[in-house]
Amino acid sequence: MGEHPQYSSTGGALSGDDILANFDDLHDPLNAEQVSIQASRCLFCHDAPCVTACPTSIDIPKFIRQIATRNDTGAARTILDANIMGGTCARACPTEILCEQKCVLSTGEHEPVQIGALQRHAVDHMLAKGGAHPFARAKASGKKVAVIGAGPAGLSCAHALAVQGHSVEIFEAKEKPGGLNEYGLAAYKMAGDFASREASFILGVGGITLHHGKALGRDVTLADLGARFDAVFTGIGLTAPRRLDIAGEQLDGVIDALSFIEQIRQAGDLSAINPGENVVVIGGGNTAIDAAIQAKRLGAHSVTMVYRRGPMQMGATEWEQDLAATNGVNILHWAKPVRLIGNGVLTTVHFERTQLRDGVLEGTDKHFTLFADRVYKAVGQQLVDDGLTDITCKRGKIVVDETGQTSRSGVFAGGDCIASGEDLTVQAVEDGKIAAVGIHQFLGGKHG
Amino acid sequence: MADLGCMIAGIETINPFWLASAPPTDKQYNVERAFAAGWGGVVWKTLGENPPVVNVTSRYGVHKDTARGILGINNIELISDRPLEVNLREIEAVRKNYPDRIIIGSMMAPVEEELWKSLAIKIANSGVHGIELNLGCPHGMCERGMGSAIGQVPQMVEDTTRWVREVVDIPVFTKLTPNTTDILLPAEAALAGGADAVALINTVNSIIGVDLDQMAPNPVLDGKGTHGGYCGSAVKPIALHMIAEIARNGPTQDLDISAIGGITTWRDAAEFIALGANALQVCTAAMLYGFRIIEDLNDGLSDFMDAKGYKSIEDFRGLAIKNTVNWNDLNMNYDLKAEIDQDKCIECGRCHIACEDTSHQAITMQDNDAGGRDFAVVATECVGCNLCQHVCPVPECITMVPQKNNLPYLTWPEHPKNILKAAE
Repeated sequence: MGEHPQYSSTGGALSGDDILANFDDLHDPLNAEQVSIQASRCLFCHDAPCVTACPTSIDIPKFIRQIATRNDTGAARTILDANIMGGTCARACPTEILCEQKCVLSTGEHEPVQIGALQRHAVDHMLAKGGAHPFARAKASGKKVAVIGAGPAGLSCAHALAVQGHSVEIFEAKEKPGGLNEYGLAAYKMAGDFASREASFILGVGGITLHHGKALGRDVTLADLGARFDAVFTGIGLTAPRRLDIAGEQLDGVIDALSFIEQIRQAGDLSAINPGENVVVIGGGNTAIDAAIQAKRLGAHSVTMVYRRGPMQMGATEWEQDLAATNGVNILHWAKPVRLIGNGVLTTVHFERTQLRDGVLEGTDKHFTLFADRVYKAVGQQLVDDGLTDITCKRGKIVVDETGQTSRSGVFAGGDCIASGEDLTVQAVEDGKIAAVGIHQFLGGKHG
Repeated sequence: MADLGCMIAGIETINPFWLASAPPTDKQYNVERAFAAGWGGVVWKTLGENPPVVNVTSRYGVHKDTARGILGINNIELISDRPLEVNLREIEAVRKNYPDRIIIGSMMAPVEEELWKSLAIKIANSGVHGIELNLGCPHGMCERGMGSAIGQVPQMVEDTTRWVREVVDIPVFTKLTPNTTDILLPAEAALAGGADAVALINTVNSIIGVDLDQMAPNPVLDGKGTHGGYCGSAVKPIALHMIAEIARNGPTQDLDISAIGGITTWRDAAEFIALGANALQVCTAAMLYGFRIIEDLNDGLSDFMDAKGYKSIEDFRGLAIKNTVNWNDLNMNYDLKAEIDQDKCIECGRCHIACEDTSHQAITMQDNDAGGRDFAVVATECVGCNLCQHVCPVPECITMVPQKNNLPYLTWPEHPKNILKAAE
């Protein structure tokens, strides 16, 4: 099981079975006994702090009570009503800084209710049960909406619009729907084919057509979509990896962390992936952590994460940092890469130590080097503004009003490409929900 | 260490904890394991005349909380299904092996004098310390005119008690059913029949639950279910009340009481003793956890007595009886208000919503500067009902504080708003 990473027993490469075990569920699903004990711990708080802490405002006490009364289907409905990607969020949300952080039992018993694990139990129950789709569509409105991007924001928006009776067409650049759920999260968080099963479930409500291989600016334009549809939603994410902009970045062995993760997520045979032997990961966010741990679990000999600031400033939560440490990842703080060295192939990374002076990060002129045959760059993603004609952007994000509408009338946006909150699946789902309400009103529908 | 030895109906026991007449006391093997574990006595599982009864499979249903806690058990098992002679020989053997432990023989028979007398004599001759009349089983045996079918008719309670009393020279315990409107009626009948003690409560008639797939009461036997006898900690409050009624009412005050009903912890035991019980019987807790719970029953009770300075059980037995009164004797001027310890509060809001939705709107909720919520008692609205204190998950976070109002003790009969008083 994925809870305990397997290491090489001989010093040689990890066996195929070891690697498979390493990419199983990070946490086993709760068993029936754990479910009933955890559900019974919930105090059913009034106006519960956990709900306030959830970007999609899932009625957590209600769904946990439903689990406690053995109404798992009802629990799943409560979750999915607020968050159609409740299954992914149950697996990938940093609950330690969201619902579970605010659980009053964090104070009372120094141990929150395992909200994420209970949520997974309920949603998995519904997906496994199959049968009639839990959501029914309103009668056809006659309105058509184009959704660009089948990531969490796009799928969330498309789902809500379809339920309102609108006809939705999704234009997705990649082969599969799901966005980062399918391509960008660590495999052990999304074990099996959960992202694709979830996407199928969401699309299963009906009224949604998915077009693959259609990228904004390349295959479709806002002008064209605007002419053919009554409204447009763009959930195009941030798809351009930031560069380090240092010497040697073109060397073999210097790779974007997201490409590495995508390779893992789409691999038929994990043991065929070479993660590198001595690996350096540059960055301090969840993508950096996901790349570092997966490199280790694929059998990299040493993995060192290097972040230019301290643990407090890391984008990755304390829980994620601990997970990296327990997986044997070495984390160095207060250093930035200044040169990547190698003769065509990376051999060494040169770092300068950094410090904060009066709130400003600066080099210290103290240097060190790490031998590395592989560097994974995880220093963030940028908006690709191809095709965003007449759309106002600010600080690299699309500007929207409170209904999710951009500066271009009838074009709405959500997800990582707007500045709404943390770049998390759960936030993208909420953005999609908000925009769907905005679009519904824009199309003349009543609020709610 | 306090002395746990005590006396009931003239029988001295090394501690007040006996196992009640039930499956744990059905045979020598179980009883000797219980004595080895430290139990002071047993009431042997009820004996009847041959031929023995036949039991069914699936004999128990349980009432659970939403996790794994069992609140109560319901059983549809009958009396001992082993031949009378086998039971009697085993009783003799255990008496020899454990001479310092108590064995009471429980019995039942149809309402015929000769049957009661002959069976009582046989059991007494096996060397038991006393006889307990099972007049309580609310399932199965009552359909044959025994158990609660007798216990629900005071005259039959008196008659059966007298029949046994007349033929044995050992103490007689009359075991009462709670499935009756007024427990004092059968208790007085037992007294009139010459009982040395009453034992109560037997199980409460119940359907423990319904299997919604098979659409039949639990436990389901081949598609059918029946009502059974409910026991365990859920019935403790019912038992406490009935024992208090017997202990505090004139005619039955002198009856010794062998208290039964959901006793699970030493604290439960102390509560029954405080309401007048001379000794105690336990069944469900042992069935759920095994015999070694006797260790903490003894240890905890002894520590409690040491802490309070009670040298013997008699030192605190019945101390709560005088404070158990009718509603009309309560002080109407007593004024309690809830107080919330803000340092202990974890901001769950349970007190607020309980009061807001179902009581007196006396606890407010307001957002505070720290991003949390403050809960405050509105003293003018608080009626001191205790609901908030009970729903609060944090120990000692909400306390009920008596208000100093300098008003005298005033009962309802004396209250100015009582129209009967005003009419005087």
